[in-house]
Amino acid sequence: MKWVARDYAGWGRALRARGEVARPETRAEILAEGPAPAFGMRRSYGDAALNSGGRALDMSRLDAFLEFDAGTGVLHVEAGARIGEIAAAFAPRGWMPAVMPGTGFATVGGCIGQDIHGKNHHHAGTFCAHLTEITLLQAGGVVTATPGTTLFRATAGGLGQTGTILSARLRLKPCAGDVMIVTERRAPDWASHLAMLDASQASYTVGWIDATATGAALGRGIVEEGENGRGLARGGTGRLTVPLEAPQFALAKPVVRAFNEAYFRRVPARGRTVVRPMEVFFFPLDKILDWNRLYGRRGFHQFQCVVPLGAAGALKGMLEEIAGAGLASPLAVLKRMGPGRAGYLSFPMEGYTLAIDFPNRDAARALIKRLEARTAEAGGRLYFAKDSLAEGAQIRAMYPELADWQAEVARADPEGRLTTDLVRRLHLRTA
Amino acid sequence: MMTPTWIVLGAGSGMARPLLRRFAAQGAQLYLLGRRPEALEEIAEDCRLRGARAVTCLAFDARETAPYAALVERLAAEEGELNAISFTGSMPEQAAIDADPDLIAGVIADNFTGPAIFLQRLVPVLEARGRGTVVAISSVAGDRGRLGNYVYGAAKSAFSTWASGLRNRAARKGVHVMTVKPGPVDTPMTYGMKLPFMTSPEAVAQAIETGIARRRNVIYVAPIWRVIMTVIAHIPEAVFKKMSF
Repeated sequence: MKWVARDYAGWGRALRARGEVARPETRAEILAEGPAPAFGMRRSYGDAALNSGGRALDMSRLDAFLEFDAGTGVLHVEAGARIGEIAAAFAPRGWMPAVMPGTGFATVGGCIGQDIHGKNHHHAGTFCAHLTEITLLQAGGVVTATPGTTLFRATAGGLGQTGTILSARLRLKPCAGDVMIVTERRAPDWASHLAMLDASQASYTVGWIDATATGAALGRGIVEEGENGRGLARGGTGRLTVPLEAPQFALAKPVVRAFNEAYFRRVPARGRTVVRPMEVFFFPLDKILDWNRLYGRRGFHQFQCVVPLGAAGALKGMLEEIAGAGLASPLAVLKRMGPGRAGYLSFPMEGYTLAIDFPNRDAARALIKRLEARTAEAGGRLYFAKDSLAEGAQIRAMYPELADWQAEVARADPEGRLTTDLVRRLHLRTA
Repeated sequence: MMTPTWIVLGAGSGMARPLLRRFAAQGAQLYLLGRRPEALEEIAEDCRLRGARAVTCLAFDARETAPYAALVERLAAEEGELNAISFTGSMPEQAAIDADPDLIAGVIADNFTGPAIFLQRLVPVLEARGRGTVVAISSVAGDRGRLGNYVYGAAKSAFSTWASGLRNRAARKGVHVMTVKPGPVDTPMTYGMKLPFMTSPEAVAQAIETGIARRRNVIYVAPIWRVIMTVIAHIPEAVFKKMSF
């Protein structure tokens, strides 16, 4: 395995690392050298995938489908396999990943390390709730983690600290086909937006929120509900690439306001139901390759929190502060989460989650700091997949099972070979 | 209608992987040929799970041509449209060849004579059926002998020239031959190197698929390489011999 000194970054490009990176083509190459921190497509926004000054494995070429049982729907795949590829290959045959994140480029290893959720979290729980086995490489050799064990709970959402994830078995769920029947309705304000999310009976529900709207329109947005179906809605899968660093004005305030206004008006006042290709519904931004370059060289941050159902008022307060600051980008999402979580460090809790991008500027960083404090006050939680600015003590207190995780990680990786920039920055293993 | 069959030489190559998956997704039948067929089994299963109608792994060594006749006979038993693509090749450091010139024979076999002898035996089967496509993966290195890799370049040059002649011949019987010159590709061989206008195995697969559909004759995966190599090919020898790149 060839180790090459490289500069690399998280998806937000605000946090960067320099270190040796190898890109194995076979699992045997990793077995020969032992465990190291691993990353996939680096879709985590902050530093979860980074290991400054140390070694890291780029798992993107370890993306084979290994075995499929058509009786049970269990698919064994290598850790670098992308969720979108699994969906594209299996949906026409009536199977799909039970939980899919907002980008099809996320790898299975990354989905495990962050125990990601999707638009069906309120029904289906998190990604790791649908695994039957995870294969890990630890210093002592290959081990398998199965549901119900402490190793599994420490691995699900465990930021890769229990071993290099080599492969996993996913229980796919039966589906009608590879299209989605999508109903879109306008939510004119915060109260109606929450009420629509609360009342939704759909399999997949998510709210796009206009984080620039203020006053009576605060919290307005579009609620999207989706059901899987079959039929003819193919085509339109062409891809654009953001070829260069965008200039500062690309996401300036008037541009974002105009975009959001148009995006809101795009859905007629009475709502509409349309048929969309599966990937367009689940992975709306994947059509624009390297969209993170829209934020220019300095990169951006994503703030994502979840607060308990009873703290919806606190979340509204946060949105007021965001809208008043006028720093938000068009990419903002509001969703009601269920209680499902599979690991000690899984992000979800029953409540409302809000995710918003901000350009990497002084004012935005200060705003995010205040939002983090308000999240803590509300009894909420920040997401390791998105975080790049949190205070260690503050974020650690949001994860009540941290001690259980630390105990298992200490057994799994006693020498600390798998430590990453995120784990060091937040003192997750040591505090 | 039965989906086509693809015979893939050097199927374990990193450059082949995305193309194999595209063929698989179209429901093609695949014959994966390589030196160690047992090492291709995992790739074969990946292709089956992505939709390939059937996948078979067979032994093929570019330096061992004796079994080719029997191999072609076996493949000819397959009905319907037959197609073949060759990814075989090797590129030792020029310094290693300088130290041991006997390495040249292997480089010529891997990049030229091995796949050419096999395909020379196979093409009459395609011609008899009046259809099919042969794709020869060559290299921009074959467009002019350069200081850094002229033995590899010579072998690829021969392969390109051979493919050009084969195209001329086979076109008369309805069989299309396409030459592919990828330029630097981001594979394990080039990982970590800083090379100009590097392309990806995914881009190579896309270019080949489009090229086959449009029945292109010679494709450069990154079109800039057609320009670059045209310029390089026209530099007078008196000047070129003083250049090093």
